[in-house]
Amino acid sequence: MTSPVTAPAATVSASPRPPSPKRRAGPSGPYLVYLVPGLVLFVGVILLPFLMNLGISFTRWHGVGTPEWTGLDNYDRLFSDTTFWASFRNNLAVILAMAIIPTMIGLVLGAALFDYVAKRFGAGTASGLRASYYLPQVLPIPVAGIVWGWFLNPSYGALNASLEKLGLGGLAQDWLGDPSFALSSVMVVMVWIQIGFPVVIFMSGLQRVDPALYEAAEIDGASWWRRFWHVTIPQIRPEIYVVLLWTTIASLKVFAHIYVLTKGGPGGATNVPAYYSYQNFFEKTQVGYGAAIATALTVVIVVLTVLFLRVQDTGDEEAR
Amino acid sequence: MARRREPAKYLVLLALVVLALMMLFPFVVVAFNALKSPSEYASNGPLALPEGVYLQGIIDFWNRVDFGQKLLNSIVISGSVAVLAVLVSLFNAYALGIGRVRGRLWVLVLFLLAFTLPQEALVYPLYYLSKQVGLYDTRLAVIIIFTVIQTAFGTYLLSSVLSSFPPEILEAARMDGASRWQVLWRVVVPLSRPTLAVLLVFFFIWTWNEFFLPLVFLISNDNQTVPVALGVLQGQRLMDATMSNASALLGIIPAIVFFLIFQRTLTRGITVGATK
Repeated sequence: MTSPVTAPAATVSASPRPPSPKRRAGPSGPYLVYLVPGLVLFVGVILLPFLMNLGISFTRWHGVGTPEWTGLDNYDRLFSDTTFWASFRNNLAVILAMAIIPTMIGLVLGAALFDYVAKRFGAGTASGLRASYYLPQVLPIPVAGIVWGWFLNPSYGALNASLEKLGLGGLAQDWLGDPSFALSSVMVVMVWIQIGFPVVIFMSGLQRVDPALYEAAEIDGASWWRRFWHVTIPQIRPEIYVVLLWTTIASLKVFAHIYVLTKGGPGGATNVPAYYSYQNFFEKTQVGYGAAIATALTVVIVVLTVLFLRVQDTGDEEAR
Repeated sequence: MARRREPAKYLVLLALVVLALMMLFPFVVVAFNALKSPSEYASNGPLALPEGVYLQGIIDFWNRVDFGQKLLNSIVISGSVAVLAVLVSLFNAYALGIGRVRGRLWVLVLFLLAFTLPQEALVYPLYYLSKQVGLYDTRLAVIIIFTVIQTAFGTYLLSSVLSSFPPEILEAARMDGASRWQVLWRVVVPLSRPTLAVLLVFFFIWTWNEFFLPLVFLISNDNQTVPVALGVLQGQRLMDATMSNASALLGIIPAIVFFLIFQRTLTRGITVGATK
């Protein structure tokens, strides 16, 4: 269905009555009824709670009694809170582990499967490999947490046992309990969970690339890496933006990974803002401060989303 | 050109296969160890193959956490959310994509922002309000909340799909005297079935895997979902090695079942979407 065909049909058929100035608003009026359930639910579950959270962030409140208005005190505290900034730095590591590294690996894997394995070993081999990379993505995070929590356990886990077997017992560590290893261990788990997502998106993106581009590059004698840089990456640029935006937002919201693997520990070594706000809400019952952290996180995510969409727009224009 | 580098060709494949095995390795080790008795695990370690099939560990775990109830809770919550969220998304998208109500761009931006919002920014007021209206620690509260959260995405996706719906079909139905309600159910829904099916699948899996809000809202054992029950147990650090593996296996099985069942829906849905 192409738009040049539908557009005239629409203008002809949509006006059985003589057109009047009110026509545009006229027929759309009754449709508003269909928005009512969605909007009512939206206001009750998203908008109102969000505004309440914003309000709470300007108060001191322990969840019971009347919140005490304190203006910007919570935000003042936020700026000088070293725990918060440490959690923010950890979140940058999480972005690396959940967005940047998986996107880079996913690009190479997606291109290798699409432009190499599928052509030389058949599409079945490629989709079988893709499914293996994707499998961790379907697991609920707590289940992945149990698997890895056991795998990395210092006393009965499989990793240290394997190291002993190989005579490398000296390398055994308390992977999740030692502050100098915990963050890196969590990052490895995140990469394992995350790789499948970009691979699947990039492979489906590559399907709409004109095969003639690859053939032309091959005839010109371009190596696989040159094709990767000059055909694959420019052609699936929209997918790369989407994956990066999506996974970066997911990294900023990360909670379950931390809860099941380390609970932010040891000594805050793996804490992130989302988990820190949860601690303030439900463990320390410093609700006002928790709300301020959550609001700050929201601002970062919204700004990032807008920025990304801007960059994507200009990127598209340059490509044209 | 490729023939001259025959060994290199297999090296690449080998590297990719090794990586795939590394990705699958934890699944295999978990399955093996879930089938070992605690004493066997203690004497042979985590790397040995199981000597026999020891199901008692899994059965014990199942009974101890009342896993059947957890599965039921997850199915009820995810299933209700999937159906309700598709329905509300459909109504929204009918008004926005086909009805083209005024200010639809703003409504769409609002829904998109709702989708990117961290749940931490909603959790405390939702927790407080649900206590006020007596919905705290009920499955209904979680169903309502996730219906709205998933609808935010569904509205965005479906509106863009429905805005390219062929207008002459809609007009033909109206000429035949169909009301808006009839057009929706007899024309729009049947023709958008593949997209709706994909949304249904996504919403079900996404809701199944949700952790943060269900963790806060479902505190009593009888209401917990599979991920919440497993996550809380893991968080308490009370499980030994064989119990960890038994619980992990029970958490992995439904995920793989969905993966296999839904793989078909998804591939079909995505290809149908691509030809539009």
